[in-house]
Formats: sequence, C-alpha cells, structure tokens
Amino acid sequence: MSKEKTIDINGVATSAQPLTDWAEIDRLEKEAVKVPKRKKHRSMRINRIIGNSVGQTVLTVLGIIWIIPLIYLVIQSFRGEPGAWSPTFFPQEWTLDNYKRLFNETQFFRWYGNTLLVSVISCTIVTVFALSVSYAFSRIKFKARKPMMNVMLILGMFPGFMSMSAVYFLLKILLPDNYQSLLSLIIVYSAGAALNYYIAKGFFDTVPKSLDEAARIDGASRARIFWKIILPLSKPIIIYTILISFIAPWCDYIFVSFIMSGVPDTGMYTVSLGMYKWLEREMIQQYFTTFCAAAVIVATPITLLFMWLQKYYIQGVTGGAVKG
Amino acid sequence: MDLEYYRLSWWQRILYKCKKTLAGIGRGFCNFWVKLGKGIAAFFIGIVLGVKNFFVDWWRGNLITKVSYFVMGVGHMFRGQVVKGVVYLGVEVAFIAYLIFFGGKYLYMFFQNFFTGGNVGLVETSVSGVWDDNLGEYVKIAGDNSFHIVLYGILSMFMILFFAMIYFRSVKESVALEQGKIIGRKADNFRQETGRLFDSKFHITLLSLPMVGLFLFTIVPLVTMILIAFTNYDASHEVPEHLFQWVGFENFGSILNGGSALGQTFWRVLGWTLVWAFFATFTSYFFGMLLAMLINKKGIRLKKLYRTLFVATIAVPQFVSLMIMSKMLDTGGGIMGSGGGIITQWIENIFGYHLQFGLDITTTRICIILVNMWIGVPYSMLMCSGILMNIPADLYESARIDGASKVRTFMKITLPYMMFVTGPYLITQFIGNINNFNVIFLLSGGGPGDLQLYTDGAKGTDLLITWLYKLSLGIDRNYKLASVIGILVFVISAVFSLIVYNRSSAVKGEDNFQ
Repeated sequence: MSKEKTIDINGVATSAQPLTDWAEIDRLEKEAVKVPKRKKHRSMRINRIIGNSVGQTVLTVLGIIWIIPLIYLVIQSFRGEPGAWSPTFFPQEWTLDNYKRLFNETQFFRWYGNTLLVSVISCTIVTVFALSVSYAFSRIKFKARKPMMNVMLILGMFPGFMSMSAVYFLLKILLPDNYQSLLSLIIVYSAGAALNYYIAKGFFDTVPKSLDEAARIDGASRARIFWKIILPLSKPIIIYTILISFIAPWCDYIFVSFIMSGVPDTGMYTVSLGMYKWLEREMIQQYFTTFCAAAVIVATPITLLFMWLQKYYIQGVTGGAVKG
Repeated sequence: MDLEYYRLSWWQRILYKCKKTLAGIGRGFCNFWVKLGKGIAAFFIGIVLGVKNFFVDWWRGNLITKVSYFVMGVGHMFRGQVVKGVVYLGVEVAFIAYLIFFGGKYLYMFFQNFFTGGNVGLVETSVSGVWDDNLGEYVKIAGDNSFHIVLYGILSMFMILFFAMIYFRSVKESVALEQGKIIGRKADNFRQETGRLFDSKFHITLLSLPMVGLFLFTIVPLVTMILIAFTNYDASHEVPEHLFQWVGFENFGSILNGGSALGQTFWRVLGWTLVWAFFATFTSYFFGMLLAMLINKKGIRLKKLYRTLFVATIAVPQFVSLMIMSKMLDTGGGIMGSGGGIITQWIENIFGYHLQFGLDITTTRICIILVNMWIGVPYSMLMCSGILMNIPADLYESARIDGASKVRTFMKITLPYMMFVTGPYLITQFIGNINNFNVIFLLSGGGPGDLQLYTDGAKGTDLLITWLYKLSLGIDRNYKLASVIGILVFVISAVFSLIVYNRSSAVKGEDNFQ
C-alpha cells in the first residue's frame, strides 16, 4: 500500500515516497494555490460514459415522445370500436375494417387518384418552370434581370392566398364550365412556380462559370449548354425541386378548399380536403378511425419518398438558407 | 470591434451592441431609400433619353420608317423581315381591337370614379326586376359587375403597358433596319432570328411561359386585390347583384383605429401573430440546434435511428400530423371525466387536470407553440447539423485547452457562429411563421373565440393570415378587410426582409472593408 498516490497536485500524481524536505512541500503547496485546481478529478473516460448515457437517455425519451403521435395514428387505424375518442392507447379490438371501408363506402381512392394526377402534372410543370427561370437569372445577364428579380422578391412577400379570390374569378372567366376542377388546381399550383426561383438559382450560381465559357468557345449555344452541361450537373437541385413540388399538392389545404368551395360533387376533392371534412364536428364520431386509415395510406408513400430523398432536401434547404 | 469593447461591463456591452444594431438598421434604411431614389431617377432619365431618341429618329428617318411609327411592322416588311413584320402588324391590330371591343369600356368605368370615390360601374342590377311583356314576368336586368371592372381595368392597363413596350421595340428595330441598310448590312432572316432565341436571347425562351403564368395568376390578381382594399366590397356589396364603391383609405383608417372594436381586434390579432412568430421561431431553432449537437456528439450510438425518428414528423404531410395532434389534444366535454383526446386523458389521469385546449385562449396558445416545436425542432435539427459540422474544430480545440467550460464554448463559439451563418434564415423563418397558416388552422382553427375581445370573425389564436382566410371565405365575404390585412401582412414582412437585406449588405460591407 505504500506505493499509493498520496499527493495529487494539478493532476500530477507523485509517488508515495515520504517527503522529508518541508521546503519542497511548501513550494509545491504554493504552486498549487497559484494554478486553479480542477474541481473534480475523475477520469475522462467515466465522464464521457456518464455524458453519453445521459445523452442517450435524453435522445431516447425525446425520440419516443416525437414518434408517439405517429404510432398512435397507425394503431388507431386498426381500432375496432367506433367513436372519436378511445380511453386507451391500444384498442380493445383490432380490425382491418377501416381500410375495407375506404374501398367500399367512401370516395377516398378517387381523391387519391385526383391528388396523384394533380401532383404529377403540376410537379412536371413547376420543375420545368422553376429550373428555366433560375437558370436564366443565374447565367444570362439581360437588361431586365435585376428589376424582374426584385419584383418577384416583392411579390413573394404578399401572402400567397390574398389574391385567391381574384384568381377564383379569373378561373371562372377563363374556364366558365369547369372552373372548380382539377385543371384549375393544376393551373394554380403551376402558375406561381417562377416565384420560387432562388433556391435553384443559388445552386446554379455555384456551378463554375468556366464550364459555360469553355463550351461557348467550342461553339455551343446557350440552350445546348443548359441541356448538356448544367442540367446533368444539377441532379441534387432537380430532385429537390421535384420532391417539393410533388409533395405540395398532397399537403395543401387552403387552395383546394378555396377553389372547391361549395362544390356539390365530393368526387372532385383531393385527399386533404376530403379528409378534413371527415374530422368536422358532425362527422368525426363516425369517421375518425377511417381518417386514420386514410392518413396511413396517404402518409406512407410520402414519408418513404421523403426519407429516401432526404439528402437532397437538406442540401436544398441549407443551401438556400445559408445564402440568405 | 476594438479592444475598448472588452473593458466594458456586461450591461455596457449590451448597450453598445444595441446601439450598433440600431445604427446599422438606420443606416441600412437610409441606404435603401437612397438606392430606391437612385433607381427611380435612373428610370426617368432612361425614359427621357428614350423619348428624345424617339423624336430624333422620326426626324431623321425616311418615309418607310415614318409610316412604321403608325403601322407597326411596315419597316420590317419592306426590309426583308416579312414574318416579323406581319407579327408586329398582327399585334397592333389585335391590340386596337381589344381596346375598342373590350378593354376601353372597362378602362372607362374603372377610372370614372377612381379619384373622386363612388360607384365602380354604371348600372346596378335591378333589384325588383323589370316587367317583360313577352315572358309575362319580372326579369332582372344584369348590371355592371364591379369586380370584373376592376379586374379587366387592371388587365387592360397591363396590356397597354406591354403594347407600349412592343411598340417602342418595333420602332427601334425599324430605325435600326434603316440604318443597317444605309451602311449596307444585311438584315437577319427569320431563321437567324429564331436561332438566336436559343442562344444569345435564350432567356426569352426560358422566361416567357413562366412569366405569362406569373402575370396572369399572380400579378393581375394581386394588384386587383390590392385595389379591393380601397373599395367597400363585402357581402352587402356582393357582385353581380350590387355595385361597390371606391372609398379611398377608409378601410385602413377603420382597421388601424385602436378605439373601435375592429381596430382593437386587429391589434390583438397582430400582437398574437408577432408573439407566436417569435416563440415559434426561437423555440424550434434553439431546441433544434441543441438536438443536433446532442445527436452529433461523439460517442452517441444509433445516430441514424434517432435522426429517422425525428425526421419522420416532417416527412408526414402536415395536414395529417397536425390534425391527429389536434384530435389527441381535444378537450372532449371540457370538464373532468368527459373524455377527449388521448393526451388530454393522460394528463387527466396523471396530474388530475383537464386540458382546456380549444376552450381557454392561453392554454390553446401554449399548446400550439409546443406542438409547433414537435414539427419545427426536427426541421431546424436538419438545418443545423450540416452547419454545425462546418464549425472549424480548432476553435473548440483551443477553447478546451484554455479551459473553457462546455456552456462557455457553446455561448462563445457555437451560438455566435450559428447566428452569423443562419441569421437570414432565422428572419425568413420568422416571416414564414407570421404566415404559418397550417399550424394554426389545422390545430385550433383559430379558436377559441371571445366575443368581448374579438369581432369580425377573428378568434383567440387567429393569426392575421388565418383571419384573412376566414374573412374571404366566411359568411361575411369581407373582401375589403381581407385585402387590407393582406397589405398589412406584406408591410410587416417587408420591414423584416429589409432588416435581412441590411444585415447582409452590412456583412458584405465589412468584408470589403477588411
């Protein structure tokens, strides 16, 4: 036991030989006062283990809190008892009736088809529009460029659906027979595409200009440069644009509810509008579990798509955000 | 920043920083107006020069050029650009036909009472109807539709603007063709012209379609709705049965007047909108950043699993996740033991308190901010992870060697770095939250209401944007108020955007200085 560490100053362990020289001890003591002592001297390893396990616990708890509502949604879609509220998290009776009901009693799959149609078409148009506008703003220095960008910046600051009632009238004039239709929705989603030019523009700005110049020297036209050089290099931003514009119609409630307000034929709805109606006060007791089943069917593909393309989403968002 | 700064005590430092920020904003504000003034001046100088050239060219031009001042495209047709000439001519004919048969009438009715105030349109739809002998019954005679007058009036004004642009362009080209002929340069043929659309003028090809869409479905409706703010268009002046009137700034006066019930409602809603935007932005941001740091910490396992768990909430469409949340928080009958959503029941069982979500304004507001964190935190976690990785590791290394504690490192390195990089993002996010329709509308629908405090359909948790929605889709159809609110939201967003603009220009300035 005599080899134990006895004096421990500044974390330097000295051997346990008895120190007979008191002057030496005084000196060491003085130095110990000068240099601030470490509060706790525990080995780094233990510290780290404690820190990590605390972190791990916190993350697990948070993760559970975060995922519970979604699990609740999935579980409720298998609930057999009717009604909006269940006193327990897990149902007493498990069933697939809610899903069957979607097929048999509701127009859910028509809505689903409508939404798919709208989102595929508008996604195509939006992607083409957004990419071409941002390429033009990024690479071609024409006279009206700056003023146009400023005007679009200002337009973007107005709340999007402030102009909705006027758009509604305009659609009524342009498509007098079926202004409350999916075509109107496609038009509304696609027409504003140009306003969201800045993320893709930010990306195009980072593609080296020397590529363009080299191609121009070789005699390529601007259209050719766009097709053959810039677009193949822009995979992340193309995927980002497609992802965002594909998901948008699935999540949108405002514009659909505005355009379809007062439509007697509920078969024209998209999923969000139709499902919103199920949770209104008169319907909820009857349709809550059906809503959950429908929500699972809507959310699963979108969630998987998002998870799969997450990388591009983050690139797009952070690229845009850091640029400001 | 000079060394003097480090001598100051903490409150002097805060004072110093505030002063500096305010000065920056003030300077940026001045800069903005100076730039705007310069821009306008440049614009007018351009116009004056253009007009001067216009007359000089007329003076110098030969007969063909002079004719092409009146009949567009003649100059092109006589000098080898037949197709282009025909197109120009067609445009002119179409424009004149448009004005005579359609636009002129609406323009007249638009401007008839525009400056003096009064009816938009001439004839109101007859209320009782007129006796029709042939049919043997009263027939209503359709009058003017005020809304169409405003809409078409604006459309026509834009048409005139576009036509003017095309006209001046054609004149300029015609003059250039004449000059080209004098110096013996051959005019481009049609194929060369179209070929240019894919090369030096590729932007025209790229931009034309998106801009047409933007013009028709964003610009024209937006300007129309801005003008509606200066009318009294609402349910009692609904088109096409009634005409509405130009009323000038009356609507702005009544909504900003804090004395009236409407004014008080507006200020309350505005107050909550700003409070909400502040809390929604900063809670999500800070907790998101902390979460990102925790997940990225060395030694934490299952990083990928955690990330997936959190990202799941933003991957699920918001209307699904928010509506299921609102049903989980539902208060049921509002008293103990009256059921309700699963979270309400859990809280009741554990704490013996019945959640008043949707009944009590303050409770609802707190719940909304918490639920917003559920959605917002993973989002900023995604955002922050990437940026956190970019912080130079040697900064932390040297801080550790100097004996800085974890908290101090966070306050002095992480936070300033993040704020510097994501400052613009934060303000964009703030503006986004001012306009965050989904969270409020799908969670609480704006409720609960309080008739003593709120009028005109607004409720306790309504943001300006949800109020706007209710006003234009509700029973009142109060379009005038909706438009006024829209304009005010724009003003607020514009002010905050100006701050971003100043900040980023200030940052740029600093870089140049060093």
